[in-house]
Amino acid sequence: MLNAVKQSWLTFKSIFTGMGVTIRHFFGPSVTLRYPEERMELPKGARARLFVNIDDCIGCNLCARACPVNCIDIETVAATKDVDLGKTSTGNPKRFWLTRFDIDMAKCMYCDLCVHPCPTNCIYMVPEYEYSEYDRSNLVYHFSNLEPEMVAEVKEKAEQEAEQKKREREEMMRKKAEEKAKKELEEKKKADEEATKNEKENGGE
Amino acid sequence: MAAILIHAAIPLTIILVYALVAIWGERKIAGFIQDRLGPMRVGGWHGWAQSIADLLKLIQKEDIIPTNASRFLFKFAPFMMFAASYAAFAVIPFSSAYIGSMINIGVFYLLAVTSILTLSVIMAGWASNNKWSLLGGMRSAAQMVSYEVPTIATVLTVVLVAGSLNLMTVTEMQAGNDTLGFLPNWLIFQNPFLIVAFIIFFISILAESHRVPFDLPESESELVGGYQTEYSGMRWAMFMLAEYADMLLLSLLGATLFFGGWNSPFGDFMGGPAWGFFWFMLKGLLLVFVMMWIRWTLPRYRVDQLMHICWNILIPLSFINLVLTALWEVIF
Repeated sequence: MLNAVKQSWLTFKSIFTGMGVTIRHFFGPSVTLRYPEERMELPKGARARLFVNIDDCIGCNLCARACPVNCIDIETVAATKDVDLGKTSTGNPKRFWLTRFDIDMAKCMYCDLCVHPCPTNCIYMVPEYEYSEYDRSNLVYHFSNLEPEMVAEVKEKAEQEAEQKKREREEMMRKKAEEKAKKELEEKKKADEEATKNEKENGGE
Repeated sequence: MAAILIHAAIPLTIILVYALVAIWGERKIAGFIQDRLGPMRVGGWHGWAQSIADLLKLIQKEDIIPTNASRFLFKFAPFMMFAASYAAFAVIPFSSAYIGSMINIGVFYLLAVTSILTLSVIMAGWASNNKWSLLGGMRSAAQMVSYEVPTIATVLTVVLVAGSLNLMTVTEMQAGNDTLGFLPNWLIFQNPFLIVAFIIFFISILAESHRVPFDLPESESELVGGYQTEYSGMRWAMFMLAEYADMLLLSLLGATLFFGGWNSPFGDFMGGPAWGFFWFMLKGLLLVFVMMWIRWTLPRYRVDQLMHICWNILIPLSFINLVLTALWEVIF
């Protein structure tokens, strides 16, 4: 009997303790964030989306090489001698046209490994996380600011220059080879002359 | 004829408006207790039109009747359930000026009519031809039949003190503020045994109206909705409406029997029929709020625990209480 009373007392006590907890929460503040109207402020250093400041990029390819999932795709074309691409804001001279700088955010795993090797700090994470797409191909971000015609032009120019350089080099090689051949010939002549001279001298004895 | 229609329409209006508010309120209370906000979008201010949107959605739903179900019983059960709880409102005195039917056996009528709820629950469970529904219906029948005993015993305690089965008379005799000099003459303050009676009554009505922690008939997680499993659309909505109506009915009965019905807690101040209606609904809705509060606090009991509480604790206690109240009445 006493035990039953004790049990009932404990039951009621636990029920009222529970109800006290719930009523405190009833009047307490809510933690709900009404998302499209309210947004949580992202913490410092949040990794949400990669961004490339293409004006500062020197096309060194370090980020693409650092990427463990190969989501960065860079194509560079060497600048011809007649154009000066200027310098980055950090003072590094730019020597390449960036004809392609694509980052596939569908592949990206937000490891931040591409951010640290960059010598000009031009690739970094931005706090932009609302970029869902219906098609995965839309998640590939194109950062190169060159127009397709420009790319073609630049490529052609670079090819021409490369061709010319090749030709020049071949020319140089040929000249060098010719000179070498000449030299050899001359040396041979000299040797021959000397030989005949010696022969003559020997023969005259 | 017109008088009958008006008398029929008043409780129906109250039930329907209450159901819209209570369903929204239940979701808001659930939200606040869980540190959420609950519905916020529909209708502007705190999503007040959520229930209306839900109702529109339910109206558009397909009315599915399983092939092997007993068609007539299946279709009829939800309406019978609502009719049972609606009919019981006839004897509830909403204010000093309004009671649906001034019959002398009001409490008896109310208890008798609400018993039909059990029948309609079994009807729904059996007619669905589904094991979950049948289990739910059987659980519900066992639960409601069991818990009717302590409910009736505690109501009898009140009737013993009040000396009348007419709820209007019971309310009228609770008027005035004389208990201990300042408390209202409500029956709960009349003698200590009535406090115990109220606690037993409240636990029993939780079970009668299938509220947590006694919501075994529907127990979503175990019986996938119990007797409601096969219902959809408006028929399911009728079940929900009946359930909420039942909740209000039993809360109002509790308010009438223990908390002075439409009497103002300040004596004559803020009295009169309109204020009477206000006080009555306020008391009823406070009890409904406590039921919702308990719902989001306590877990569900097992079937054996449910039966243990009823037969081993509440029934002996309520009968001992009845006898002690009778002795108190004889002595004082």
